[in-house]
Amino acid sequence: MDPQTRVVILGAGHGGGSVAAFLRQYGFAGPITLIGEEPLPPYQRPPLSKAWLKGEATAESLALKPLEFYGENNIDLRLGVHAVAIDRASKTVAVSEGAPIAYDVLVLAMGARARRLTIPGADLKGVLELRTAADAEKLKTALGAGKTLAVVGGGYVGLEAAASAISLNAKAVIIEREHRVLARVACEQLSNFFQSYHAARGVTFELSAGVEAFVGDEGQVTGVKLADGRTIACDAALVGVGAIPNDEIAKAAGLECNNGVVVDLAARTSDPAIFAVGDLTQRPMPLYSRSVRLESVPNALEQAKAVACAVTGRPLAPPEVPWFWSDQFDLKLQIAGMPFDADEILIRGDPDTAKFAVFHLKQGCIQAVEAVNAAPEFMAGKQLVASQKPVARDKLVDMSISMKQVAV
Amino acid sequence: MAKITFVEHNGTEHVVDAKNGLTVMEAAVKNNVPGIDADCGGACACATCHVYVGEAWVGKLDKPSAMEESMLDFAENVEPNSRLSCQIKMSDTLDGIVVTLPESQH
Repeated sequence: MDPQTRVVILGAGHGGGSVAAFLRQYGFAGPITLIGEEPLPPYQRPPLSKAWLKGEATAESLALKPLEFYGENNIDLRLGVHAVAIDRASKTVAVSEGAPIAYDVLVLAMGARARRLTIPGADLKGVLELRTAADAEKLKTALGAGKTLAVVGGGYVGLEAAASAISLNAKAVIIEREHRVLARVACEQLSNFFQSYHAARGVTFELSAGVEAFVGDEGQVTGVKLADGRTIACDAALVGVGAIPNDEIAKAAGLECNNGVVVDLAARTSDPAIFAVGDLTQRPMPLYSRSVRLESVPNALEQAKAVACAVTGRPLAPPEVPWFWSDQFDLKLQIAGMPFDADEILIRGDPDTAKFAVFHLKQGCIQAVEAVNAAPEFMAGKQLVASQKPVARDKLVDMSISMKQVAV
Repeated sequence: MAKITFVEHNGTEHVVDAKNGLTVMEAAVKNNVPGIDADCGGACACATCHVYVGEAWVGKLDKPSAMEESMLDFAENVEPNSRLSCQIKMSDTLDGIVVTLPESQH
């Protein structure tokens, strides 16, 4: 490791902030510049739709590290600044403020942005998205007892925000284009369970519903106009219809991109001096013999460690099983693996008890598990996804048999 | 304010000050103590903040929740004094607590 190596990290979210922290943890002594567009030092985004909305988190508790950490560790944290262009020939990055910055190793961690709807009224006040702490603060202000939140998009962000709204004694309506919630990210059984659980707690649903426009009064949103002509009245509308990778400057610099910046298992891009991590990347997933773009904290952390290993000459850890979690009401959903090529679905436990797991199998091996309030199923399932040991179907669906005994 | 001593698997010690109410995991992460990954940020969803609690302190902790017990049940190299550090909230009675870190969280 050359102590003169200059590392420049573009993007100060969970991924970028973790690259800086792991580099120092692994003994990297060279200069690190960490550039973030938001005014805050790196923080955790997952609580924004949950604890933050409910007033159970503070800016301090969200922060990945206290602000002093960056100074004490000689990390040049520049906030409110974004990269404008990468010049690979001269190894410099042009930024929105100040002189171009020279790098020996560049790490792209610009994340993804919320997909916006290009329909009439989308720019009304009260039409919100949820990616940043600033977004969450706007949403929090708009929520409150007796208010109605319309959620466009029945994905995780939408469901979590709806659950938080209900716990603040607000009303929530989820408007979804598909015939079920979580259509892109979970199986039908899980969708049905979450929909019933939310409905029983006061969330209402408009499924298979197109959104034509946001309507408003004096610039403030007052309703969501559906394709069937009805208008759903609301005090605020949260749009949660997916995210788009912020890969524009990578593309402009000629790096290989394909729904995100293409990286290898070490998080290296098509330029050996440039790495990329997190939501921004299209990464290999050897377990499933394909590449994917994942939006999850564990993925960003795994790649952040890979970068720190590559820069400091440590051996790369074996690839992890991708995993995700979501908290809604008193439900803890934990997902391990991805249900690619699954040919069978088995359910362990009873969804009516809100404690069950859905296993996706391929030729008798677990590809993915979706566990609701079922930690043993998640933990054991994750290990079985990694090992690809075949499981006994009869044992897997028998709650009287421990998850430790389901492998054949 | 209470002191926590983290002992890495290789014996390296890190002594940090933690405000009451902060979890042992948060104190480790905010001070960049290696060996506590805490992928989920304290949601008790990942078991990557596994620690071994020093004997003098085990009895002073609240009993683990059912969730924590199930997560630990499937973590690697679990011992009777294993806990998830995101579930240990600091207070005056825990001042001086010593926790040892496993070789790996995965």
